Amino acid sequence: MAKYAARRVVGLVPTVLLLLFLVVVMIELIPGDIIDLILEEKFAKDDAGRVTLQRELGLDRPLPLRYAEYSLGVVRGDFGESMWTKQPVSHLILGRAGVTIEIGVLSIVIGSVIGIGIGTVSAVRQDSLLDYVLRSAAILGISVPTFVLATAVVVFPAIWWGVAPSLRYVSPAEDLVRHLQIIALPSLVLGISLAATLMRLTRTTMLEVLRQDYIRTAHAKGIRASRVVMGHALKNAMIPVITLLGLQIAFLIGGSVIIEAVFAIPGVGRLLLGAIASRDYPVVQGIVVILGLFVMATNLLIDLSYAWLDPRIRYA
Amino acid sequence: MEFTRRKPLGAFGGVVMVVLVLMAIFADVVVPFDPMAHSPDVLRGPSAQHVAGTDQFGRDVMSRIILGGRTSLYVGLAVTVLSLIPAIALGMASAFFGGWVDYALQRLVDTVQSIPYLIMLIATMVVLGPSLTNVVVALAFRRAITESRVMRGATMSIMNQTYVEAARAIGSTDTRIMVRHLVPNIMPTVIVIASIGFGGVILAEASLSFLGYGVPPPTPSWGGMLAADGRAYMYAAPWMLIAPATALALVVFGVNMFGDALRDVLDPRMRGTS
Repeated sequence: MAKYAARRVVGLVPTVLLLLFLVVVMIELIPGDIIDLILEEKFAKDDAGRVTLQRELGLDRPLPLRYAEYSLGVVRGDFGESMWTKQPVSHLILGRAGVTIEIGVLSIVIGSVIGIGIGTVSAVRQDSLLDYVLRSAAILGISVPTFVLATAVVVFPAIWWGVAPSLRYVSPAEDLVRHLQIIALPSLVLGISLAATLMRLTRTTMLEVLRQDYIRTAHAKGIRASRVVMGHALKNAMIPVITLLGLQIAFLIGGSVIIEAVFAIPGVGRLLLGAIASRDYPVVQGIVVILGLFVMATNLLIDLSYAWLDPRIRYA
Repeated sequence: MEFTRRKPLGAFGGVVMVVLVLMAIFADVVVPFDPMAHSPDVLRGPSAQHVAGTDQFGRDVMSRIILGGRTSLYVGLAVTVLSLIPAIALGMASAFFGGWVDYALQRLVDTVQSIPYLIMLIATMVVLGPSLTNVVVALAFRRAITESRVMRGATMSIMNQTYVEAARAIGSTDTRIMVRHLVPNIMPTVIVIASIGFGGVILAEASLSFLGYGVPPPTPSWGGMLAADGRAYMYAAPWMLIAPATALALVVFGVNMFGDALRDVLDPRMRGTS
């Protein structure tokens, strides 16, 4: 197991190096007129200003050198500093990560409970009216984009009952209860989007598992039906569902950018959109690297848990 | 007909797609009003004249939705076609040559896939600058990389077939094997991938426009209608939001259903994987 883990971690090295390379090259690809725009906004638009800007973006040094410097910086946790506020990028991201992680975790919990729950019910009651209703709802859930759902959640209560959710963010330090109230709705919206996908896969794998011999044996032994479903079937149906959940992490990150924009939540997503709007490239680079590493780490954990659950993978 | 009976939802999806295509082709004829024309009737609710109301400039919302459908369809088609060619080339090269070529290409795919979809799209749009063509390029690039992995898998399974071995034995060149044997045999996978991905592309374009990095105004796009104007007037004129949202959800739902049904018919092994 340790050997397999080591091999997988070493296998990530070229991918990480390539990610860093792409992020460094990204700066190179910025069109010249944007450089002029930054110059107009920030520096005197003369040759001296251009030289200063080029130095800040590191464009005065050859690409291999910049690549090496950036990579070594990342290893030390140094992602450079914001072009406007001069704050270290790592501090900016850390300061915003809390609420994004909170909403992410909460939406995974909500999404799993709803998705796996409904998927199980749907499988146990296969082809009943309930099954059809639940499945249609799930497909509709996949078809309605996150931002439409999020906007609807804000608009409809306002039209029907004249109540609008507060879009003024409150930090947990200020007022914990208000804070939880504010992040509940975005987490729910993101969770529902996630639930639809999870529900469909849970239903499919549960149907397969419910047909296995050991389920019939369990029934024959006189074990209560609820225990057969929860203890025997669900446990075995969970492996592909957990994989999918891991793969949905990247989807959640994209979704959080949208959710944070709709609900005015000051998380990493808003930081990214703001940095892009103000052309704060070091911040954009830092966020892309951190999110990329995060997704790689999640995928690695899924692979390792798989190898741990199924020894055949380790020796393949 | 058999298809309609066995896959009612898929057939419904097919109808939605046909309507969308017809609407896009005949948009200039079927629009009740000029979608760009301002009028003094601003922010009017739905009526017999303006089925979906008017926006803050007095433009007819229904007409803008019809034209927005053209944008969505154009992006969907262009991205699907443009991404398939490099995806097939990349995936096939990776599987066919194997060894270090495969290793290098797959690490590239790993890297690109580690960057969350939407974030990579926004970053690409920032580098390319806003335009309809650039939206297509950004989406097609990302999709090509993602799809190439499926193409690689499909190629690998075909390379084990005896007819490929036979072709090699009689001295066929690499190019001949690829063009005559591999490409035609991965076509079912290609069609399935394209139809399943189509809805995702339309959704991604809408999400990009929603965040302000998609199709630039004044070109009507559903995402754009939902984002800036729709949200600014969401309390005073909710139809500006509800109408494009309904259009978008209906089309994505229809496309997904159609893709699902097509997959079940063409490639039963992939049933229930998404």
